[in-house]
Amino acid sequence: RRCPRGLRLPRGARASWAGVTAFPPRRYLLYASGDFVKVHSVNTEETLGLLCGHADLVTDIQLNPHNHMQLYSSSLDGTIKLWDFMDGIPIKTFTVGSKLLALYALASAEDSVFVVIPKKGERDTFQLVSVKLTKGAGQDLEGKELSVVLDGVGASPKQIAFGREDSYVVSVKDVNLQVYFFKQKLLNRFSLSTAKTKGGDNRFSCVVCHPKEDCIATGHADGKIRLWRNFHHKKAYTYSALHWHHDIVMDLAYSLEGTRLLSGGVESVLVQWHNESSCQKDFLPRLGSPIECISMSSDGVLCCTLHTDNRITIINSNLRFSRSIQGLIKSRDVKTGLVVDPRTKALVLNGEPGHLQFYSLQSDQQLFSLDIVQRQYIHQAGLKQSDLVKVAFSARGSWLATVEESEEVADPELQLKLWFYSEETQSFALNTRINIPHDNHITDMCFRDMDELGDDSLILVTTGRDCVFKVWVMVGDSDPEAHQSVSWSCDFVGSYHNYQATNCCFSEDGSLLAVSFEETVTVWDSLTWDLKCTFCHPPGNIRNICFGRLTCSKYLIGATDYGFLCCWNLLTCALEWSAHLNVVVLQPDPLSEHIAAVSWLSKESSLFVFKPSEPWPVYIQRNLCKEKILLAAFVPRDEPEMINSEKYLWLRKSQLFFLTDTQELMTLSTKSLEERLTPSSKQLAVEESLPVTPFSVLLGKHRRQQAQEDTDLGKPVVHNRQEQASPAVKELLHTPAHVLPSASFLCTIFINSLLISKENKSAEEVADEVEMESEKAEDESDEEDVTAMEQEDTSPMELLGEMTCKLSKSQEKELRKIRKMDYSWLSAF
Amino acid sequence: MAAYKPVVVQACPKLGERITQDTLYWRGYKTPVQIKEFGAVNKIDFSPVPPYNYAVTASSRIHIYGRYSHEPIKTFSRFRDAAYCATYRDDGRLLVAGSEDRSISLFDVSGKAPLRQFEGHTKPVHLVGFLSDKYRIFSGGDDYSSKLWDIPSATEIISYSEHTDYVRCGCASKVNADVFITGSYDHTVKLFDARTKSSVMTIEHGHPVESVLLFPSGGLLVSAGGRYVKVWDVLKGGQLLVSLKNHHKTVTCLCLNSSGQRLLSGSLDRHVKIYSTTSYKVVHSFNYATSILSLALSPEDETIVVGMTNGVLNVKHRKPEEKNESSQKKRQPAYRTYVKGKSYMPKQEDFCVSKPVKRVLRKYDKLLRSFQSSKALDAVLEPPIMLHTPEVTVAVMQELHRRGTLRSALAGRDEKQVNLLLTFVARRVIEPRFTPVLVIVADMITDIYQPVVGQSAIVDKQFLKLQQAIGKEIDYQEELLEVLGMMDTLFATFIKKSDMCLEENKSNGVTEIIETNRNY
Repeated sequence: RRCPRGLRLPRGARASWAGVTAFPPRRYLLYASGDFVKVHSVNTEETLGLLCGHADLVTDIQLNPHNHMQLYSSSLDGTIKLWDFMDGIPIKTFTVGSKLLALYALASAEDSVFVVIPKKGERDTFQLVSVKLTKGAGQDLEGKELSVVLDGVGASPKQIAFGREDSYVVSVKDVNLQVYFFKQKLLNRFSLSTAKTKGGDNRFSCVVCHPKEDCIATGHADGKIRLWRNFHHKKAYTYSALHWHHDIVMDLAYSLEGTRLLSGGVESVLVQWHNESSCQKDFLPRLGSPIECISMSSDGVLCCTLHTDNRITIINSNLRFSRSIQGLIKSRDVKTGLVVDPRTKALVLNGEPGHLQFYSLQSDQQLFSLDIVQRQYIHQAGLKQSDLVKVAFSARGSWLATVEESEEVADPELQLKLWFYSEETQSFALNTRINIPHDNHITDMCFRDMDELGDDSLILVTTGRDCVFKVWVMVGDSDPEAHQSVSWSCDFVGSYHNYQATNCCFSEDGSLLAVSFEETVTVWDSLTWDLKCTFCHPPGNIRNICFGRLTCSKYLIGATDYGFLCCWNLLTCALEWSAHLNVVVLQPDPLSEHIAAVSWLSKESSLFVFKPSEPWPVYIQRNLCKEKILLAAFVPRDEPEMINSEKYLWLRKSQLFFLTDTQELMTLSTKSLEERLTPSSKQLAVEESLPVTPFSVLLGKHRRQQAQEDTDLGKPVVHNRQEQASPAVKELLHTPAHVLPSASFLCTIFINSLLISKENKSAEEVADEVEMESEKAEDESDEEDVTAMEQEDTSPMELLGEMTCKLSKSQEKELRKIRKMDYSWLSAF
Repeated sequence: MAAYKPVVVQACPKLGERITQDTLYWRGYKTPVQIKEFGAVNKIDFSPVPPYNYAVTASSRIHIYGRYSHEPIKTFSRFRDAAYCATYRDDGRLLVAGSEDRSISLFDVSGKAPLRQFEGHTKPVHLVGFLSDKYRIFSGGDDYSSKLWDIPSATEIISYSEHTDYVRCGCASKVNADVFITGSYDHTVKLFDARTKSSVMTIEHGHPVESVLLFPSGGLLVSAGGRYVKVWDVLKGGQLLVSLKNHHKTVTCLCLNSSGQRLLSGSLDRHVKIYSTTSYKVVHSFNYATSILSLALSPEDETIVVGMTNGVLNVKHRKPEEKNESSQKKRQPAYRTYVKGKSYMPKQEDFCVSKPVKRVLRKYDKLLRSFQSSKALDAVLEPPIMLHTPEVTVAVMQELHRRGTLRSALAGRDEKQVNLLLTFVARRVIEPRFTPVLVIVADMITDIYQPVVGQSAIVDKQFLKLQQAIGKEIDYQEELLEVLGMMDTLFATFIKKSDMCLEENKSNGVTEIIETNRNY
């Protein structure tokens, strides 16, 4: 059985590391990324290998001090693995049992390593233990011989350091520093005063030891670096302070000889201190984002910094930026949504502050980063940064529209920028900048996608909380000597009853524009900008809208705050169907009719894929993941994939990606677990056991069991007006008066709705099931189906006062009825 | 690692007239010379040969002016009544003029008395000219007739009486010696061929024709009358090519520039408009003191002469071409200093050390880079920056505000500096592009310096000025809103009743657009 799972793409969750091996001219950079360890060649800048085998997050890696081609790694799954990282083969696996949070391998201790494990029985206390690595044949070995070295240590690998010639170990936690001398078996404790000094709190954040002298450098939360000496004596110890950082010192590192000390923090500046004096220091500023880790290579030539945004920077020993390794940048908040660049098929989202990153899914690499805000980013708490909030591409990817706003709520400094892709420079160039395009936040933005008409017909629509939507068009400049030939300007401003505009969407052919204003969806003609019709499904504001595609282009889908998914028919201007579903994400596939809806209910996200023309889903995946899915995107495949399973036919042309609130990027795989794991699988299954999809159950089972399945499904897709009579009245009462037709129209419907019809009941209940049933039940159910259809068809139409084609339709139904009767009679033979 | 990003200064596109090649060209004239004539100047004609003298017909005299003389170098004054339409022959040696006394006089430009007198018109003659074979003269008079004269014998060759009103303008074809056209107050332009007995073509202009012009190629005909200038294709049988309506009073004269690329028209509305003859768009326009009657352009566009109703002759000479010699004189390093070492191709074993590109930062950027906010603000408050590029000052203020250090940068200033700041704010706060930032700045200044108000007369005065400026702006905005309201009602009246609800939106749209236009 094939089962799809949410797959975690490799994103360097926490790259802790062992730096660089000393084999000039060949240098390798090893870093832990999620559940893997990656081997990266510094010279050729490519990823050479992936060490996979851990079942959980890799917490620390250390080179084997006795063999520089081997690597120890520790993981939360309780194992220590010894690797030959050149070949990517695990040599040995030691099972310790409890979670391993940090790992230290010493040159002096040949048969043991030190690990940090949580103390048994107590929460949030950790101890440093040495693990005896048993020597045995076999690959899987036990590492159960533990001896506690230090108690009450910090959980981070940065909070423990081993001193000169491994003669002592230092651990810092909160305001306490403890030094344990192995030979003397002496434990010295020092503590700073807990009283808050004027600089803020002086808790320890990290510690390193001088490689040649008895000196300990500690970083503090208030930005100070303290150098401790003479700590053999409990009383006569001394310390001096170096102060440059204005906020927490994230990590420290000594150079090979200990003459230089490197420090980094949230300022994203690498500071180099010479000779332990605060007057001599060098800076490497503007590294992009806060520095989390600093690591020196074992030959002291290179230095690497790990940044909070999932990036590694390699720096020369003379403090020159060398190169950087970058995956998908984690930004604080992905406001732009997941957008697919039509040109490169790359995923586009917020990157560094003020930048837009183009992330290639195939190669797990950042293609490039486009500076949108073009301002110096200053890291300081409480500063109102301006950031990118909306991104839209034109159909061919030649135009890019971006909206940036500052974080201020009252007066956002809005800027709408339009970028043109220049073929010569192969990058986007700023074409038009519009200051204050709206008086309030911009809620949505979309281009009119019209491939066949070319770029001249491009239209951009923005909706804002200032209750209007604006239409921007390209204006050609007739003057041939002008600097650029086109620019953008506002063409039309539309509003609807002073409601806030929340979403906008163009139909596939570009002729219609749907704009949602709080509870109402308005449909506008994109040529004349006339209001064509309005749809409403009270109560609840419209959360998402989208048009159907291809064969379903006559439908408009909307999701409301109160958990309704509605489908309106644009030809009849009537509600086609609606379902009770708390839709968080509504994403149409650009290459097929399918629309993916992700719901969030009872702490789990579920995926529903459906066609607008049919009220039942094509595919259901309950419990997709535990995190809330915030965004989704269909990425077109380069070539349609061959998919055997009927279930995944909708994934043939494009692939679905999700971004959860924990910033995990996930995809839905069509291959089974085994198939995925056989190749050097870069992906990892999230969960093992999944319940049988209700959809398959639904298909296989008989009609009799329908009631049970309904409960199984939670809230199944319901047909409009399932209960007789009352919905018409309900709709009549709930619909705002301005949308309703005149009372004379409604009168007959109202009276009709009060009449009780008998044959209705059973028919409507089964309506959705019937068509999916095998043909055996056709003779009886079809007739019912027809009656049900008749009911459905006429009433919404009447509601909106369109009674033009009713007569012919009913005639047609009569004919069909007769035909089907005939058929049933035949089948009796 | 990113380099320091300089402060983005928001450039605002300059509103109003766009500088094009044409504006530069037509602005390249010196301040005009004004010469007073005896009456309204009805015709100016340049001699086609160097030194390009020009004949000015005004009242009963014809004055010949040299290129740079402000006094007439010659005068023909033997007219009993007003003279009209003094025109040079192609070789510049003969001059012909009509007269109120119904006669046509032919002058040698070197002589004084007329060589020939052509009598035959029964009414004043407003139009005379040479055909391009040099031996014939055509004329048009207020007796509705146009005649052709032979110069040697001073006899009438042919007379056409096809117009039904005064014939006031005309011109001869340069490519065909037999073809000439006349324009009349009967709203028509007629094309005559001397070989036929009647007109060849009649073009209905629609207004009394004041001036006609044939393009050098002879294919296009321009007529001016009423407020219109119309261009006709003669070869297509007089098809209207384009109708230009750029004047708001009668167009009186037309003229082509030397290259034939630009068409000039003068009008009673005191403007001369210059059109491109490819797009027929106005590319430039001149403004004069009074209504214009006649207009001429010397070869090579050296001089523009405009005659006006009050008898003033306005002469504009072209500025001499600026010579760039002075800048060229500066001695520059020899060529070889530039190519020194550039031609060296690195060998494979060479280790290349690239010279870092030096980035030039403005002073305020350097200060901002090192977080010296107060000094950065000082740097942009220097008069040259503050006066000429206020957008730089405002951009730095905005950047400081973004960094949260604007308040500290503004604080702690002495009387002189506060005065400077307030002057700037009071002057610029009403400019829409600066308002959002400067309102914040003004708020902060009042906040910071509120305790010391009253201690300095200068600062107090500036505060009052600021208050006045803001008050004035508020009044202005209110007035604008009133106008918008009025426009809304006007738009509402245009709207049909049937689709009221839709159009309501539209009218909103229109006003919104106007508003946005105002904002940016």
